[in-house]
Amino acid sequence: MRRSLVAIIAHVFVVAALGVPLSVHAQSSDSARDRQGGASSPSARDSAPIDLTGYWVSYVTENWRYRMVTPAKGEYRRIPASPAALPIINAWDPAADERAGNQCKSYGAGAIMTVPGRLHITWQDADTLRVDTDAGMQTRLFRFAARTSTSKRPPSWQGDSTARWERVAAPDRGGSLSVVTSNLLAGYLRKNGVPYSEQATVSEHFDVAPLPDGGQLLLVTTTVVDPVYLTAPYIVSPHFKKEPDGSRWDPTPCSSTW
Amino acid sequence: MFIDLVIRSASVLLIVALGAGAAFAQTGQTVLPSQFEFAGSWAPVGTEDVQNDSVPVDYLGLALTEEARTRALSYDESQKSMIERECQGWGAAYMVLGPFGLRISTQLDPATKRLVSYTIDPWEDWMGMTIWMDDRPHPSENALHTQAGFTTGRWEGGALAAHTTHVKAGFIRKTGVPLSDQATIDWRFFRHGDVLTVLMVARDPVYLVEPEIISKGFRLSQTPLDFRDPCVPGFEGHEPGDSVPHFAPDKNPFLDEFMKLYNLPREAVLGYRETLYPEYRKQIKSTYKPPPPCTADCGVAGNFVRRRGPTP
Repeated sequence: MRRSLVAIIAHVFVVAALGVPLSVHAQSSDSARDRQGGASSPSARDSAPIDLTGYWVSYVTENWRYRMVTPAKGEYRRIPASPAALPIINAWDPAADERAGNQCKSYGAGAIMTVPGRLHITWQDADTLRVDTDAGMQTRLFRFAARTSTSKRPPSWQGDSTARWERVAAPDRGGSLSVVTSNLLAGYLRKNGVPYSEQATVSEHFDVAPLPDGGQLLLVTTTVVDPVYLTAPYIVSPHFKKEPDGSRWDPTPCSSTW
Repeated sequence: MFIDLVIRSASVLLIVALGAGAAFAQTGQTVLPSQFEFAGSWAPVGTEDVQNDSVPVDYLGLALTEEARTRALSYDESQKSMIERECQGWGAAYMVLGPFGLRISTQLDPATKRLVSYTIDPWEDWMGMTIWMDDRPHPSENALHTQAGFTTGRWEGGALAAHTTHVKAGFIRKTGVPLSDQATIDWRFFRHGDVLTVLMVARDPVYLVEPEIISKGFRLSQTPLDFRDPCVPGFEGHEPGDSVPHFAPDKNPFLDEFMKLYNLPREAVLGYRETLYPEYRKQIKSTYKPPPPCTADCGVAGNFVRRRGPTP
């Protein structure tokens, strides 16, 4: 009797265990099928509570001295750098970075939104938001749908970003885009070599706000957590003004020395 | 034996299944309430500019009119040592420019229990702010202007939006950059988890060519913020009736100090509009020389720029 009961429980577990992923898979397949057929399950693009697409320009009213020019070697004010970061900060050699092909170290996901420049935000597909930067000519892909491939991609300057809409409950409109990025190459938080490691995670919230003159502002609240080179989360919130078109788009390659 | 194997296999499969479910949930959407808990103690994260007041002539990140620049260059911080000005405090914008946190409380109508206002407590040199949430109109433009101004708020798209009018003529920077009594300020308070981002958009038809936009981060504090005692005026070397300390704008002895400290371009330090856009960075590429390596106050605790040398 006791053995039978255990067998029944085990059976329920097996059915439940097999059923959940199958139903998840079925939902995903259905979503894709529905999207192709234009049916009920909207894509990330169709369900966006805010519109982030278009051209945006950095408006550098904060941390000007750390963003618009390269600060002095060895300066890391306002960054909670760990003791492990100090030798790297003090050994910063932009020419060596350039020679080693690491000129994009200060254009990685941990810093790119603070680099003065323009963003061009588009939908690469129904579930992938694409952010191109003219400064450093970087591309970030924010994926709303889970990646199907199980193989881990090599780390990169922009890493792998998972995105999610945060929608405000009806009847209000609006919301926010939440993005979490990891699988990064080690990079710099500032041009002068203040580091973040490959273990860093970048969490961002993209919010929009109207400007009094009728324009629009994009605010990116960014939190960098790094167990190696930071003793506390590094939080900044660069902002961008919307531009009517891409006429001022000016792609410029990465540079370690400027 | 067989049963054990089945149970073990089922457990593994269940964990995998729950993981898949969580992953699916992560890629979906989150529905947020249209309002968040705003009251509480919010500590500053301190990773972006604070005050910009360690060197007298620092107007970085501002788009000033000529009149504003001239007035700012005439400012002598010794004015704040005059007994009648010591406790004057700073205007509404100092909420995001000062170094302190926000201690916010809620006021309810005693009869209906409906929200009437939020109050952001004052600091020693900031007057605090009341955000009226009960749809009351802004007063007549001839009504009293105060350091704090008059602020109304509403919930919009999951953020708290507020609008400030009736500010008293004062300063937008402690370095003497003026803000007129015609200025208005729009605020947005965004909360993401334990992080509160305060966005300030200040407009001033007299002194700003473009709005001054500041966004500052705060983190929810588990303990109430400890605020210092209110300002108490005392003798600081100026007798009643003394003239107001000032400089002739073209003879400000500190004009070049900040530029020389960091090899900064003059037009950036003096708050010219074009210095706020990426094109400017390209424009100065060939002329900018980084300052020598940092040797003092280089780290996170160095909240202020290098110590000033002797007064010229």
